[in-house]
Amino acid sequence: MNITTSEFFKARRMVLKGAGVAALIGLGVIPFDGPQALAAANDKYPEDAFKQKNEADAIKALYGKTAEPSDKVKMDAPEIAENGAVVPISATTTLADVTSISFLVSENPISLVASYRIPAGTLPTVSNRIKMAKTSNVTVIVEAGGKLYSAKKEIKVTVGGCGG
Amino acid sequence: MASSIRVRATSNGDTTEVQALIQHPMDSGFVKDAKGEIIPPHFIQQLSFEYDGKPVFVADWGGGVSKDPYVKFAFKGGKKGDDLKVSWVDNKGATDTTTAKIQ
Repeated sequence: MNITTSEFFKARRMVLKGAGVAALIGLGVIPFDGPQALAAANDKYPEDAFKQKNEADAIKALYGKTAEPSDKVKMDAPEIAENGAVVPISATTTLADVTSISFLVSENPISLVASYRIPAGTLPTVSNRIKMAKTSNVTVIVEAGGKLYSAKKEIKVTVGGCGG
Repeated sequence: MASSIRVRATSNGDTTEVQALIQHPMDSGFVKDAKGEIIPPHFIQQLSFEYDGKPVFVADWGGGVSKDPYVKFAFKGGKKGDDLKVSWVDNKGATDTTTAKIQ
């Protein structure tokens, strides 16, 4: 019994070591494999995209492609936000086959704020409340039929939402 | 402890409108406290809504979502009296789940 237990722990240790090595290899590989890997990891939390400081990098990390402006993406947001800690924003679109809607604030320390997955049967309309460090462009990205469409609006912030 | 999640799901026959309000600090990791020390990041990373065993809405959040987050969406279908399951997980691995009846 004792032998089996110790063997079990040995085996377990090896598995853990193996996992660690695999994770390291995984980290090394990420920058080289691009959009396919992103699509495969679709239901996972997009950790990498939420680490990007810059808006373009965040969109690239999240979707692996760039967006084109579209008047079919509508954003409902205030012109001036008195309190940057709570800025109510909603987005909707008349585009068909929407699979996700994301919100980005270009002047925030981390640009990507929220990304919503829209399964078939869910309406492409989302309302939420976001933080804004200062006056900034806010971008809504709609992913529809595998393509990205965006709408942009500048929101003036009188008191920033990142404290000080 | 009371649930951190408050949900209202209302069916109008064709679609179900869902509003959720969650109690969570949503600390971004960029704010300093009164002593000038950085408040470590603590925010919900994923919030999901399930109806009839299928996800109807999944939110991936960063620290840029406001404290005590609010979200509103709608999905086609959903009958009065049916269950809508809501759950979240944050960056520290904490979770909460609740089930709301569609009204």
